[in-house]
Amino acid sequence: MYACLHLSESQEEAGESLLALARQFTPLFERAAPETVVLAMEGMERLLGSPLEMAEAIEKQAREANLSVRIAIAGNPDAAIYAARGYSGITIVPPGEEQKWLGSLDISHLPLTPETEETLRRWGIRTFAQLAALPETGVAARFGQEGVHLQRIARGEHSRPLIPWHPDLTFERHEELEHPVELLEPLLFVIGRQIHEICDALRQSSLATNEIQLVLTLEGNVENRRTLRLPVPLNIAAPLRKLIQLDLEAHPPQAAITGVRIEARPVMPQRLQTGLFLPQAPEPAKLELTLKRIEKLVGEGRVGTPEIPDTHRPGAFRIQLRQAFQTEPARQEERRQISLALRVYRPPLEAEVDLRDGAPARIKAAGIRGRVLNSAGPWRTAGDWWRNDAWSRAEWDIALSDQSLYRIYLDIREDRWFIDGRYD
Amino acid sequence: MAASPQILSFPGRVQLTEPTGIPEFDRLTGGLPTGAITEIFGSPSSGRTSLLLSLFAAMSMQGKVCALVDSTDSFDPASAERAGVRLANLVWVRCNRHAGHAFKAADMLLHGGGFGLIALDLADLPRRVLQHIPLSYWYRFRRAIEHTPASLVVLSTEPQVKSCATLLLETKRSRLDLSGAPGFHLLRGLEMQLLPRKPVRSATAQLRAEAIR
Repeated sequence: MYACLHLSESQEEAGESLLALARQFTPLFERAAPETVVLAMEGMERLLGSPLEMAEAIEKQAREANLSVRIAIAGNPDAAIYAARGYSGITIVPPGEEQKWLGSLDISHLPLTPETEETLRRWGIRTFAQLAALPETGVAARFGQEGVHLQRIARGEHSRPLIPWHPDLTFERHEELEHPVELLEPLLFVIGRQIHEICDALRQSSLATNEIQLVLTLEGNVENRRTLRLPVPLNIAAPLRKLIQLDLEAHPPQAAITGVRIEARPVMPQRLQTGLFLPQAPEPAKLELTLKRIEKLVGEGRVGTPEIPDTHRPGAFRIQLRQAFQTEPARQEERRQISLALRVYRPPLEAEVDLRDGAPARIKAAGIRGRVLNSAGPWRTAGDWWRNDAWSRAEWDIALSDQSLYRIYLDIREDRWFIDGRYD
Repeated sequence: MAASPQILSFPGRVQLTEPTGIPEFDRLTGGLPTGAITEIFGSPSSGRTSLLLSLFAAMSMQGKVCALVDSTDSFDPASAERAGVRLANLVWVRCNRHAGHAFKAADMLLHGGGFGLIALDLADLPRRVLQHIPLSYWYRFRRAIEHTPASLVVLSTEPQVKSCATLLLETKRSRLDLSGAPGFHLLRGLEMQLLPRKPVRSATAQLRAEAIR
């Protein structure tokens, strides 16, 4: 069941008010023309009552919004549209009687091309009923698919799905400030309000954001653009505001601010099916805030999840701020042996090494000095020879007289010794 | 399926523990205490870090999210991967030898919640730095972690946590296996002894850390 609301001729500019009126009844409606909307009313009987009661409820709301609308309720969208355009007041088209109700309407209501209208009028076709009575094959032979389509509308048989109308999904707020702002606190007040509005809009559309662009207009009309990429989509204002605050504290603008624009990229929110017996994991928004706070403390690129890149280069790693935890327990496996760990020195400690019979015999470095009691090596490795930062080294594992166990290496390209780390 | 927690009785209180999958460790301690602080201390090259990585491996394989506050940037992701740690489940905080940052980061992680195991690695910090750590930090950590399913493990050279530690373990290297034909030696691993210092027990555990290249 579909209800069509058609604005009277004197109110054609009130299209936005008409959309607001339609939105009061259903989120699923089609904007057939600027002055016409069609509402899907299926299942609304229990809420609003019979078709007539529905139409009366719509009319009452329209009156309150100072709108003069024609209302028609029919079994298909097109029948409702033409009934609303053709008759004033409320029109209820009972199911199966569409042709009877639409028959008296003039064909000028149909979306005809001037050539088709001229031809039809030359034939003496003036009303929907006359068009509907024409033989279908003849109409198809003379007008093609367009004619068949028009005839089905005139018979009230044309059934099609509704094309839902959506507002332009832009999640952006912009504000010019009356006075340049130099302090973070008043700026956050403005940002907080904008973020709140954006999050409200995101939630209304069942969306979240994983990227926020903060564009600050500085004095002198200079733009300061910051991009916040979030590892998990969020649509809650408080953590987003805090993340922007942390980012601004870490990267303060260089001049007073005269304008603020925030753009949020909409994405589908993350949906997680958690299990009763799965271990708990940090709450994504809270963890993101915690990690950003820690990043502010220890510095950029010093907090995150470690990754080992696809290279044999010793000590290579990446650290990334992302939340892709695997909370499913691994299958029960054989007892895993304890693996000897290395505690690395970053950067490696340069050392002086005395050799005896080609093996390290004594070592001296910052804070480390001793006689080599036992050693294993050399393990020769090299790589990336096609790059400027190629590496080639001979590694030794040495046990010193101070009971410590080190990995040292000779950088063959530079002929210098380094302590890579200590086994522990 | 995740291992189920055990309840073991420590003198004066009931302590929830989590099995680690290291039989010698679990037999000696009953598992890793949850909602409490565990301290592992020992001299350099005594196997402290190898034990910690094994704990990370066990917890991350159970699907828990772990965090390492690395005060001296000495964590080696390759060693962790060899030990079986799911690196995707690990948050690594590199504090660049700044003890203050390490303690603040650990505090934030503890209050953030949701982690299964948080480790604070103080093993390579100089003694003069560690002497200036206020005891109140440990009380704060103990308050933050109690009644949570998380474990806080502190790695150090000498005991730091004092009375706030529920479990205090000392690692001692008992044997270094660096052997082979003359001129062709190979580091095969090290054997360590695990000694419970709190609660004090006469039992010890022998563990072996295999060197894998």
